[in-house]
Amino acid sequence: MTDYKMHLLICGGTGCKASESDEIKNRLTQLIHDLGLEDEVQVVLTGCFGFCEKGPIIKVLPDNTFYVQVTPNDVVEIVEEHIVKGRPVKRLLYTDPTSDEQISDSKGMDFYKKQIRIALKNCGFINPENIDEYIARDGYQALGKCLSEHTPEEVIKEIKDSGLRGRGGGGFPTGLKWEITKNVENEQKYVVCNADEGDPGAFMDRSILEGDPHSVLEAMAICGYCIGADKGLIYIRAEYPLAIQRLKIAIKQAEDYGLIGDDILGSGFNFRLELRYGAGAFVCGEETALIHSMEGLRGEPTFKPPFPSVSGYMGKPTNVNNVETFANIPVIINKGAEWFSKIGTEKSKGTKVFALAGKINNVGLIEVPMGTTLREVIYDIGGGIKDGKAFKAVQTGGPSGGCLTKDYLDLPIDYDNLLASGSMMGSGGMIVMDEDDCMVSIAKFYLDFTLEESCGKCTPCRVGNKRLYELLDKITRGKGEEQDVEKLKELSGVIKDTALCGLGQTSPNPVLSTITNFEHEYKAHVIDGKCPAGQCKSLLRYDIIEDLCTGCTLCFRNCPVGAISGERRQPHYIDQTLCIKCGVCYEKCKFNAITLT
Amino acid sequence: MAKIKSLADLRKMKEEAQSKIKLRENSANPEQVVQIKIGMATCGIASGAKETMKFFVEELEQEAIDAVVTQTGCMGYCYAEPTIEVTLPGKEPVVYGHVKKEKAREIIDSYIKRGELVDGIIPVSFKTIDD
Repeated sequence: MTDYKMHLLICGGTGCKASESDEIKNRLTQLIHDLGLEDEVQVVLTGCFGFCEKGPIIKVLPDNTFYVQVTPNDVVEIVEEHIVKGRPVKRLLYTDPTSDEQISDSKGMDFYKKQIRIALKNCGFINPENIDEYIARDGYQALGKCLSEHTPEEVIKEIKDSGLRGRGGGGFPTGLKWEITKNVENEQKYVVCNADEGDPGAFMDRSILEGDPHSVLEAMAICGYCIGADKGLIYIRAEYPLAIQRLKIAIKQAEDYGLIGDDILGSGFNFRLELRYGAGAFVCGEETALIHSMEGLRGEPTFKPPFPSVSGYMGKPTNVNNVETFANIPVIINKGAEWFSKIGTEKSKGTKVFALAGKINNVGLIEVPMGTTLREVIYDIGGGIKDGKAFKAVQTGGPSGGCLTKDYLDLPIDYDNLLASGSMMGSGGMIVMDEDDCMVSIAKFYLDFTLEESCGKCTPCRVGNKRLYELLDKITRGKGEEQDVEKLKELSGVIKDTALCGLGQTSPNPVLSTITNFEHEYKAHVIDGKCPAGQCKSLLRYDIIEDLCTGCTLCFRNCPVGAISGERRQPHYIDQTLCIKCGVCYEKCKFNAITLT
Repeated sequence: MAKIKSLADLRKMKEEAQSKIKLRENSANPEQVVQIKIGMATCGIASGAKETMKFFVEELEQEAIDAVVTQTGCMGYCYAEPTIEVTLPGKEPVVYGHVKKEKAREIIDSYIKRGELVDGIIPVSFKTIDD
């Protein structure tokens, strides 16, 4: 065992590497070697700390000193002062923007409050296939507390007071939903967990089910106790085999322990759980379609009311909640509504799990308090945009949401703010786009998805979305006309107003939101015949600048379709009728003689 | 498997489970076991977490290092899969990213055997509900 007295952790994330963290590491290592301290001090390159605006970052262990914006020139001072004399270098410490105080111990930094893990509390900590590990971390305590010490009314009041709202995206107050279902008279009721996660780029529910399945089971039992249901059904898509396997194991273990089944913990309360598999239709995430699918009917939505709380599965009162909503319940019971409601904003309490994807450095699963800004999510936690490109937009709420531009970076994320800015919370997918993304193509991508997933029951969605897609496709192929943008707006409005369910009503959102925020891109496509982001192939044109071309024949030899001709040492020429806009010539040319317009 | 009959039983059960885990984690005895948790959600497995886990199990056994290798869910660092958490006896857990066989070898040789940190640590950047 080498017994180091000190470790210097240097951030080697993309952002910090760009600002010379490698150089800092090399100098530090060299200096420590020169002073003969290599047996006492170790220098280590780490992954992203996620505090990129303040990079490069050095963290010193064991005292947790946190240096920000370190340059290679600061290395000597850090070594001489901190390592040799044990005095932190004050000018490099992080200054808290609100209190103006210098913070040396990283644990006191606001930054570490940016993520709080409630729904993900056990993900990555416990073995999901071992119930004992869940029990060791307060597992099933909330259920025990409810059954032994509280009436259903008291539990519902606690959930209502906590301010928890549906995490599937709609944001309906969870406690209220439970209360409504409880108050409907019927001897048979059901609890349903909606695990039919289908948004492109969203994987929050899957991660919870795979990492902490018991928290969902426990919450469903609590819900059953509150509303008077003795049966729970988990509707999960068959494409999640690992989540299904772990749920099965979890249900079996909970049954073996008597935590699911008859007379739970001697309270006289019975609760059984079953899995139901979905075939992966996006519309089955809509609760009425989900219920029909479970009944063995076609997964098509029906008009609400009646709401499932009144007449759901098999015509009985049914309480449908999303996975993440359930995952919050045991914590609320254990920690209390007051604790929970201190987190978040006035009308949106608690945290939200987001699946951060797209053109971002730290693709991952994050859980932030409601009211965190997009800037904090993208630049602090997400580590900024890939390859240092410019941020263009972020799509929240999946195919039903909208895109938020840089004007919204400082908007606190909660249900109401997102709705007001033309997007929505949705289930928590967050897809980041940079300057190279064409917004018309993005809208087309989402329409392609909703078109595929529309159940076809109502005409506005079945036919309207098809026409929307055709218009977008026409624009991206360079055949668009100016009135097409107006047509898109008009048709979108009609679909929004007349479609039967949430899928259809929200499917034009990506179109409307990209037109609102990026109308100039649409205009560039239809008027100038250009795609500003250089994505729409039909609108690109590669040309050879005669003066710069040396006639090296490299492009000619690499063109896959023989569109380039010319003599050796003479300027070459691209035949536009043959060119397939693959861009190989542009990449290969060593003389920048090929232009892309 | 005995059924848990009451809340009191459940609480007793929790204490037992906790003390088992505590015994594993907080032992000041350096001969105690090394703990390795491997992120085994769909995303981790897709990036090769199963091979990583197999490698750790086989290598540690071969080198007669007393270790517990378990699986856990998603730690949230999709950009750095496969991710693992290593806890040496009496030390704070350390998370490493991009742990393929080569990195796993390095972690065994440097960190587990000699206590030297290895490049590629993922710093914890979130609070838990108990903080």
